[in-house]
Amino acid sequence: MAEEKRIRVLMAKPGLDGHDRGARVLTLGLRDEGLEVIYTGLRQTPEMIVQAALQEDVDVVGLSCLSGAHKYLFPAVVEQLKAKGVEDVLVIGGGIIPKEDIPFLMKKGVSAVYGPGTSIKEIANCIKGKVKRK
Amino acid sequence: MELVESMLAGSERSLARLITLVEREAPEVPEIMSQIYPRLGNAYFVGFTGPPGGGKSTLVDRLTAVMRARGFSVGVVACDPSSPFSGGAVLGDRIRMQQHYLDKGVFIRSMATRESRGGLSRAAHGVLKLMDAFGKDFVLVETVGVGQTELDIMDAVDTTVVVLVPEAGDTIQTMKAGLLEIADIFVVNKADREGADYLVMELKQMLQMNPKQSWWQVPALATQATNDIGIEELYLEIERHREALQGAGRLSLHRQEQRRREFIQTIEQRLMARLLDLAKRDGRLMASLERVERGESDPYSASMQILTNKTILQSWLAELEMEG
Repeated sequence: MAEEKRIRVLMAKPGLDGHDRGARVLTLGLRDEGLEVIYTGLRQTPEMIVQAALQEDVDVVGLSCLSGAHKYLFPAVVEQLKAKGVEDVLVIGGGIIPKEDIPFLMKKGVSAVYGPGTSIKEIANCIKGKVKRK
Repeated sequence: MELVESMLAGSERSLARLITLVEREAPEVPEIMSQIYPRLGNAYFVGFTGPPGGGKSTLVDRLTAVMRARGFSVGVVACDPSSPFSGGAVLGDRIRMQQHYLDKGVFIRSMATRESRGGLSRAAHGVLKLMDAFGKDFVLVETVGVGQTELDIMDAVDTTVVVLVPEAGDTIQTMKAGLLEIADIFVVNKADREGADYLVMELKQMLQMNPKQSWWQVPALATQATNDIGIEELYLEIERHREALQGAGRLSLHRQEQRRREFIQTIEQRLMARLLDLAKRDGRLMASLERVERGESDPYSASMQILTNKTILQSWLAELEMEG
């Protein structure tokens, strides 16, 4: 009997900010939505995140950034994923992201950006809707 | 199969993909396994089990560093539990292993246990084989945090390391069956805490009173993984156990036994899954289920009524045959 497809998510904190409450709340919330969430912790470089995403063969990479470096870090992750041939992973971002930066991030390949106040249900539904598993 | 070929040629991405297929128990699994089969038998498998929070992931991390320093490539399979409610999981072992993220010689994969209750994901056996075929010298397998009876690990690896902490208990605890019987090596981690020396002594006494094999005296080591104390010694004990196992053909016998159980278990699982699937669609079964739910019939006699009813069983077999 083939297993039903479980969605796997890598939750990562790129860069130097040291606040992961948001990422942890979302990790727990997505667990309760039936997703498998690999939590990689604080202070990750884009290289580390990409390597982990590749080995774990995740469907989604969730990036949380509160330091203001998202315009560098998020696109760097997307580009390096592409460079490694990992093209079918959904990259979503969250944290303190000014509204005016969102179009830029989307243009760079980030699929969705969620700020404070977004419900976990909304994020989970977005992931479930967008992940059409290979 | 293209994925298998590129994995054998060294593609990490293909290895990751194949692991996903095995984990999902996809229809391609028999084909994958038969194709990698000739490439198996080179990796050595070491399992780590013990209560939650004992330091298994950190030990695996530090031991990986020791193995890498000696030039060995390492695969890591780390299991964490799936939620019995949502089916989701938080896989947090990897976080202890960050020093190896960019090392090409280390491949780390986190697995949720999904339906399994034995401490190890059911698909772990297949994943270990993939890592073997990929060319890893050592594959380190970490179970979920276990209590006393989640013993799947012993069927998956060559050397089983049971990781305890000083608070694990007294003489009577060390005498209990289950977890403490499956250790090839005991580690008392967090040995800077009070009671560590005492537990090591208790374990050694228990082991001397009741030796497991004539050819291997199970050692008990004290480690402090976060301080890198005792890791080299642990590595040497693993090598010593490997040598003892390899003597007199014990390792091949051990693996023969594992293959036997794996074969039986695979048949059991597939058959059970298909039968249950059929049973759930059977109106007669549903009718007795409802009687049981309402409390009109007890579960034991109701199940016997189904299982001794030839007409029902034969109709299931006929359906199985039709599905091929």
